[in-house]
Amino acid sequence: MSGVRVLVGTRKGAFVLSSDGKREKWDVSGPHFAGWEIYHLKGSPANPDRVYASQTSGWFGQVIQRSDDGGMTWEPVGNDFSYAGEPGTHQWYDGTPHPWEFARVWHLEPSLDDPDTVYAGVEDAGLFRSADGGKHWQELPGLRGHPSGPSWQPGAGGMCLHTIILDPSRTGRIFTAISAAGAFRSDDAGETWRPVNHGLHSEGIPDSGAEVGHCVHRLAMHPSRPSVLYMQKHWDVMRSDDAGETWHEISGDLPTDFGFPIDVHAHEPETVYVVPITSDSHHFPPEGRLRVYRSRTGGNEWEPLTRGLPQEHCYVNVLRDAMAVDSLDTCGIYFGTTGGQVYASADAGDSWAPIVRDLPAVLSVEVQTLP
Amino acid sequence: MTGSGDVIRVALPAHLRTLARVHGEVELQVTGQVTQCSVLDALEARYPMLRGTIRDQRTGKRRAFIRFFACEQDLSHEQPDVPLPEAVAAGTEPYLIVGAMAGG
Repeated sequence: MSGVRVLVGTRKGAFVLSSDGKREKWDVSGPHFAGWEIYHLKGSPANPDRVYASQTSGWFGQVIQRSDDGGMTWEPVGNDFSYAGEPGTHQWYDGTPHPWEFARVWHLEPSLDDPDTVYAGVEDAGLFRSADGGKHWQELPGLRGHPSGPSWQPGAGGMCLHTIILDPSRTGRIFTAISAAGAFRSDDAGETWRPVNHGLHSEGIPDSGAEVGHCVHRLAMHPSRPSVLYMQKHWDVMRSDDAGETWHEISGDLPTDFGFPIDVHAHEPETVYVVPITSDSHHFPPEGRLRVYRSRTGGNEWEPLTRGLPQEHCYVNVLRDAMAVDSLDTCGIYFGTTGGQVYASADAGDSWAPIVRDLPAVLSVEVQTLP
Repeated sequence: MTGSGDVIRVALPAHLRTLARVHGEVELQVTGQVTQCSVLDALEARYPMLRGTIRDQRTGKRRAFIRFFACEQDLSHEQPDVPLPEAVAAGTEPYLIVGAMAGG
């Protein structure tokens, strides 16, 4: 029988939540790497038993863990993320030049067809690639070396490359997003890059429509229509129908268009999910009511999904990498909160139930749909 | 302070013991002078998963929140090639690798 495996990264370890296709009863495994921050875990689409995890600590730095049995056992692999060549500088918060310094891996994106190839998005923003299962990492320096690189500035959470999307229909096309530089696209497997931010407007930067400098929080794509991208920006929910060349706003009737994650239904490319958050100075849901909003029209018209979610006294946040969808017949949606709950919906968001309630603050949620 | 075949005892913080899958102190054979650098070289050679967790892999610089103690002294700011105390080289005292205290 088919099933799902939910990979949860938290402030104090990783957890693996498993269920059959009904998604009613769950086995909880963890904490793995107890006490460490686990920014992200993700399984290989080509081999679901292969899972990578980013394990970090302010004391001990970066460790990459690899599992070959679906997260039951782990092996540390390579953790040398040295930038290529002279690192150069980006802008610091005060506008002064600041040397690029590796801090941590925010996001791991395994190749679509090779379990040993995996990409890592890091802080300070850069993109690395391993072709040997995580043992050795090489930077793809064309991104950080873009002429705009010296002007990039960190967002409040650091200057992180947090989103990596591999285009399944066009070999070599990669999308990345950086806070607070914006979205970038490569059409040559990461050799060269260009910003794809036309149409974004951000009030917090001197030129609101600048080529770079936008605090993009998350990008999402449906694999059947890779030219359509959805974006949760710091403020504004955006859509591109031309692979990022141009963007238009689809916030529509959302109660607030600030938020972090955005994702797309596994079988309906026009069905999109966001979690509106009050504002950048109130990192909690409006009115203390936790609501996922769903659009079935590719944006603009949104409906609140509340059944099973707390509708009073709820002041958690949902971070950018903490939402995912499975690809079972009735699409499952999952998200984790800074309050340690992981909620699941087995009916595309109509109703929700917590899988776990009391984990450490959730940093990331990924889902594997198992045969 | 040259390595004389004595076993060097190294105490790791709990998180690094877990990462290296060891319990208690680590015992190492160090060839040549017993210095911070040679002890860490031997430690990382035996436990490669510790590379980068104590000092930078490229520069060798101690990570900011790591401290080195031995014989009731803070050796954190010693140069990496300075000989360690005789008692560490002789294996009668452990070399302590410590995560700086923090909490709240």
